[in-house]
Amino acid sequence: MALDKNQMAKRIARELQDGFYVNLGIGIPTLVANHIPPGMDVTLQSENGILGMGEFPYDGEEDADLINAGKQTVTLKAGAAIFDSATSFAMIRGQKVDLTVLGAMEVAENGDIASWKIPGKMVKGMGGAMDLVASAQNIIVCMMHTNKHGDSKLLKRCSLPLTGVGCVKRVLTDLGMFDITDGAFVLKELAPGVTVDEVKAKTEGRLVVVEGVKEMVV
Amino acid sequence: MNKVVSNADAALEGLRDGMTLMVGGFGLCGIPENLIAALVRSGVKGLTCISNNAGVDDFGLGLLLKQRQIKKMIASYVGENAEFERQLLSGELEVDLTPQGTLAERCRAGGAGIPAFFTPTGYGTEVAEGKETREFDGKMYVMEHWLRADFSLVKAWKGDTNGNLVYRHTARNFNPMMAMAGNITIAEVEHLVQPGELDPDQIHTPGIFVHRIFQGEKYEKRIEQRTVRQRS
Repeated sequence: MALDKNQMAKRIARELQDGFYVNLGIGIPTLVANHIPPGMDVTLQSENGILGMGEFPYDGEEDADLINAGKQTVTLKAGAAIFDSATSFAMIRGQKVDLTVLGAMEVAENGDIASWKIPGKMVKGMGGAMDLVASAQNIIVCMMHTNKHGDSKLLKRCSLPLTGVGCVKRVLTDLGMFDITDGAFVLKELAPGVTVDEVKAKTEGRLVVVEGVKEMVV
Repeated sequence: MNKVVSNADAALEGLRDGMTLMVGGFGLCGIPENLIAALVRSGVKGLTCISNNAGVDDFGLGLLLKQRQIKKMIASYVGENAEFERQLLSGELEVDLTPQGTLAERCRAGGAGIPAFFTPTGYGTEVAEGKETREFDGKMYVMEHWLRADFSLVKAWKGDTNGNLVYRHTARNFNPMMAMAGNITIAEVEHLVQPGELDPDQIHTPGIFVHRIFQGEKYEKRIEQRTVRQRS
């Protein structure tokens, strides 16, 4: 069985370390916040200007002046800080953020990522994604392995306008965890019940499978 | 020096067709609601608007889009506005999509007298097309230019009659940089107070950047994504 969204978030959460500052993108990455191990000190950065973002507010306690980058109402944890957008991206470009998790439409075997535009069809804009991928040392792209038409999102070359060049080193999909090394997707962990053949069939880019690849613990 | 004006309509004195405006806010959070409403009433058109987002169809800058008052948008993310996407794809609206951090820094640079800077953001993408690139310490960077505006419209929580501003929570966002980059900066505030009532150590935007100020009214503060948890 391929991973569901919560299982994907749970697997990403295992990459967290005590003391990390983490930026979580919109969609599945946001769910990672629900799986931070108890007792671990992780500070969430939201690029609209929060360090120390907390949970959603209780019903009736929402505050229109307090939202995350996905425009959702949130709360602040004790010890949080608020700042303007230039300061926020200074943290990001200045490589102060320890882990960035974001979604994508396509990732290529050379580490390129496309996530912001489908020419002639969809133009939402890049938001903060280009700044995040251009600077982050530690990026995990978290996305479904195929698009809604069943086409692979792990490609030889991105077909859509790029968000960043050669910047992605790790990808988690519903089928497995991959490192991008020497121009290939290296399968590191296989989702429970998923076969190597299925991954091969659904990966257009160059895939490297080492013998005895381990099953992911979720 | 009297910076206080009576209302939003009076504050927009001198704003004409074809001007460039910066409008603070992130989504609908921290937008100058009163000034946007006054822009709609004024009927001014052919505007270039610099703002992180374009509002939603019936609120924020979406109100100006609906009236076709905007000729060009410079923004980072416009996904919440269907009318925007329609005008863009049909070619009615000119759009310059700019990465969010680059947008913030371009505004800051405009306010700080820095005509250009180099950023790693967008290198190798279509955002960098036609722009100068340069290598520093083995990494490639793209040159981006400052942004300045004829008018900057910002929203703060509190302000004093000297123009000193304090923002509240994430309603701060782009407002401080845009306040710096306006030839004329107008601040609308929820609470207008006398000099001395704000703690000088807690001022976010010093009054030198603000030319006109007024107390707004009837704030709707619409929430785009109301997300809550239930008490267990």
